[in-house]
Amino acid sequence: METQVGESQVSQASDAQNQSARTERPFREVESVVIRFCGDSGDGMQLTGTEFTRATALAGNDLSTMPDFPAEIRAPAGTPAGVSGYQLQFSSREIGTPGDQPDVLVAMNPAALKANLADLLAGGSLIVNTGAFTKPNLTKAGYDANPLEDDTVAAYKVYKIDITRLTKLALASSGLDNKTADRCKNFFALGLAFWMFERPVESELDAIRAKFGKKPILAEANITVFKAGYHYGETAEVFAETGSVRVRKAPLPTGRYRNIMGNAATALGLVTAARLAKLDLVYAGYPITPASSILHELAGLRAHGVTTFQAEDEIAAACAAVGASFGGALGVTGSSGPGIALKGETIGLAVSLELPLVIVNVQRGGPSTGLPTKTEQADLMQALYGRNGECPVPVIAACTPADCFYAAIEAARVAIKYMTPVMLLTDGYLANGSEPWQLPRPGEIAPFPAVFRDDPEDYKVYRRDETTLARAWVRPGTPGLAHRIGGIEKDALTGNVSYDPDNHDWMCRIRAAKVERVQNEVPALKVNGPDEGELLLVGWGSTYGAINAAVAQARAEGRRVSSVHLRWLNPLDGKLGELMRRFTRVLVPEMNLGQLVQILRARFLVDAEPLTKVMGQPFKIAELCRAIEKRTTVRN
Amino acid sequence: MNSRISGQDGRLPVLTKKDYQSDEDVRWCPGCGDYAILAQVQKVFAELQLDPDKTVFVSGIGCSSRFPYYMNTYGLHGIHGRAPAIATGLKIARPDLDVWMVTGDGDGLSIGGNHFIHLLRRNVGLKVLLFNNRIYGLTKGQYSPTSEVGKKSPSTPFGSPDEPFNPLAVAIGAGASFVARTVDTDVGHLQGVLKRAAAHQGTALVEILQNCNVFNDLTFEAITGREHRADRQLLLEPGQPLVFGKNRDRGIRFRNDGAPEIVKIGDGADEVPLSALPVHDEADAAARHAFTMAQFDYPELPVAMGVLRAVERPVFETVLRAQEVTARKGAPKPNGDGQRDLEALWNQGDVWDAD
Repeated sequence: METQVGESQVSQASDAQNQSARTERPFREVESVVIRFCGDSGDGMQLTGTEFTRATALAGNDLSTMPDFPAEIRAPAGTPAGVSGYQLQFSSREIGTPGDQPDVLVAMNPAALKANLADLLAGGSLIVNTGAFTKPNLTKAGYDANPLEDDTVAAYKVYKIDITRLTKLALASSGLDNKTADRCKNFFALGLAFWMFERPVESELDAIRAKFGKKPILAEANITVFKAGYHYGETAEVFAETGSVRVRKAPLPTGRYRNIMGNAATALGLVTAARLAKLDLVYAGYPITPASSILHELAGLRAHGVTTFQAEDEIAAACAAVGASFGGALGVTGSSGPGIALKGETIGLAVSLELPLVIVNVQRGGPSTGLPTKTEQADLMQALYGRNGECPVPVIAACTPADCFYAAIEAARVAIKYMTPVMLLTDGYLANGSEPWQLPRPGEIAPFPAVFRDDPEDYKVYRRDETTLARAWVRPGTPGLAHRIGGIEKDALTGNVSYDPDNHDWMCRIRAAKVERVQNEVPALKVNGPDEGELLLVGWGSTYGAINAAVAQARAEGRRVSSVHLRWLNPLDGKLGELMRRFTRVLVPEMNLGQLVQILRARFLVDAEPLTKVMGQPFKIAELCRAIEKRTTVRN
Repeated sequence: MNSRISGQDGRLPVLTKKDYQSDEDVRWCPGCGDYAILAQVQKVFAELQLDPDKTVFVSGIGCSSRFPYYMNTYGLHGIHGRAPAIATGLKIARPDLDVWMVTGDGDGLSIGGNHFIHLLRRNVGLKVLLFNNRIYGLTKGQYSPTSEVGKKSPSTPFGSPDEPFNPLAVAIGAGASFVARTVDTDVGHLQGVLKRAAAHQGTALVEILQNCNVFNDLTFEAITGREHRADRQLLLEPGQPLVFGKNRDRGIRFRNDGAPEIVKIGDGADEVPLSALPVHDEADAAARHAFTMAQFDYPELPVAMGVLRAVERPVFETVLRAQEVTARKGAPKPNGDGQRDLEALWNQGDVWDAD
């Protein structure tokens, strides 16, 4: 096992004597491990990954996960197209990414091996289920010969285990039919991983019982197989010499933690925001990958003042959220790019009505249906400009899975305070990825109760607050304040229909000025590194972890590189131009073909350079390091 | 406006039609049927003493959708076709409000057709006024989903090639719990239907045949003209036999195969006694006759007017609220600052402490 490229390699063999007496068996201690489980879509790799992650979180490591699965629910079995993977990095120090390359690869069949082997670090460990390497499976995977028997895997430490057979043997007396028994084999892999990385067995047994509570026979079968996998590690000769691998607890700040995926964090952030604003939350959505799980998370929270509405389409979902906000609730809608395209007109309506609305865009690969299960950042321009007319909305982007919680709260707070729709950008990588989340302490997040006007005296519908330029929010049902609003241009004071040229000009400018005022909410730019130098990386969204790691690495090599990560994409911090000019070069890494970079160039007249990638995969630290190396010199 | 807030001498204020009129200039074409509908709605609101502060009018885009601007209630003029979705969201958030929706045959049935059927399917507690003039007015005269086949319009100079659909038949097919039809010019009938709609729990759909005197003048004249309307309309009354005609001498009955036929009422050889005619059952579970009658068209049959269907079935937002009440039982209660249950929420799943 080794750590990320270029980092100090802590892969050291320790001997057992130095350790407490309870562990007699040999082990190695390392700083970080990147492991990837991969198999057929039906092999249960996502479950294996999430269960291993759970145990890893409880063990106190810092971690970051990246599930990677095809859009098809059951893609053709045994083919590389149907391979599902789950990558996890865990560490005894703070990490920000699921790792560039796995140093342990668990491959459940030939197709999984074919699709993933190239990613495995040279010298890394390959655990492979030989039982699946049958002639038909090899053919389906596109192998002419068995790769385990030639030099295909020569560069790796290979553990050939017939997991299929061992699973069958473990369940010989279970009474389960062959097919059902075979489906338990992912628990063998899980058990083996538990042994390998010294995870506690007991909590997993409880978890399996809870998960398969309704089918005790399956629960027991999975437990049997899980234990078989664990004991295999303990007893098999192949592991005897290397022993297990130990990753110590990470020195995380004191507090209570929970491992959380981005979409779950977004959902919790929205509930929390509504409570802090003393509003009911109405979340209206329509099923779409990878945003659906926000709807799922919230649908179960009826007891917490959350109402969810699965609308007939994306447009209806956005409109229902607008209707809810008009009624005095916090209206939220969420989707992914294609759905956001459909919501465009409604977002424009909310801009015109000047009502709070949060729109969550869990970005995925585009255009059109694109890559539904893969990540991308190519909806930035859509978020900023994807509507008719002069239609500005504040845009905020979350940068880690747990940060989705805070970004959602911030989006809601600004939406309410400024009476405006706010677009919250996350992406597939954040949505499905996970990391430890330090739970907020009670009272840690300041409440921001929404203010409703109830004084009928001299009420003018579009009169504005001098500081925020927001109009007053009035709940229908308030006596004496009945009023009409709509998407037709309105008189700047009364809100009555107005086609007056000067009035329209004024209204367009004041709506834009209002969004610019959101700058008052933007905390000062936080530069990672010195605020001048040879190269500045400007990032946004989910590239945060990779950029930080790459910059840290480059600085350790003596390169004068810094980075800044933008939370608000609209409005932009006015001081950003000044900051960029203090660097010889500016590089903007984005998972698109260069969108923020265009904005920066246009807005600040700075010769910022794009670094782009649209492969449905996040940046690797090494890719960013190479880009930095090309543009900087080493000083000692 | 103050008269609405507090009555004098501690008595409840009495609202008149004028109290429901907003300060906006009404901008429909002179002679438009919409004026008559607006006046009758305001009259009915006054008669029912509906609280303007607890009422919201929601609309989409089109001539009819300007309606909310002219009602001195809360109002939201939305975007094309989407009023049902906006109104649904509002009603979900605020079941306490009386929400009325105004739409037209283009707005409600064409661009908003999807929302229209799903609104009716869900049975959200809204009153829907569908102004049907069989034409796009605001965009200057294109044919609509209710225009007759062959309709010549700017977009169909050779006549429209597509078959119209019948809004009420669509509504009944979508499971609507209240379906009615009336006419802009028939003041008494319009008022009666509006009152019935106002009292309905769930989605109440009222199709109002409305004349566009600029782009589709007299489109319903053959049905609604004063001198012949009694002969060409079947005025439905709950529990009453299906009788029509100036002299109330003709009736409708359904053959065994379900097909309707016109019969002469009487005791003669070719006549049918009044007692043998079917009576109108608004709550017929199968909605078979309502579906058939919705599609009666002149000249073959008299056009059915009044409440075709009125049944009680669960109301969407009421079901949602009931779910909430159930879910809240046994759940941690929010404390003073309303965060205790949040902490419980944050703490769900496997948590651990770092020290």
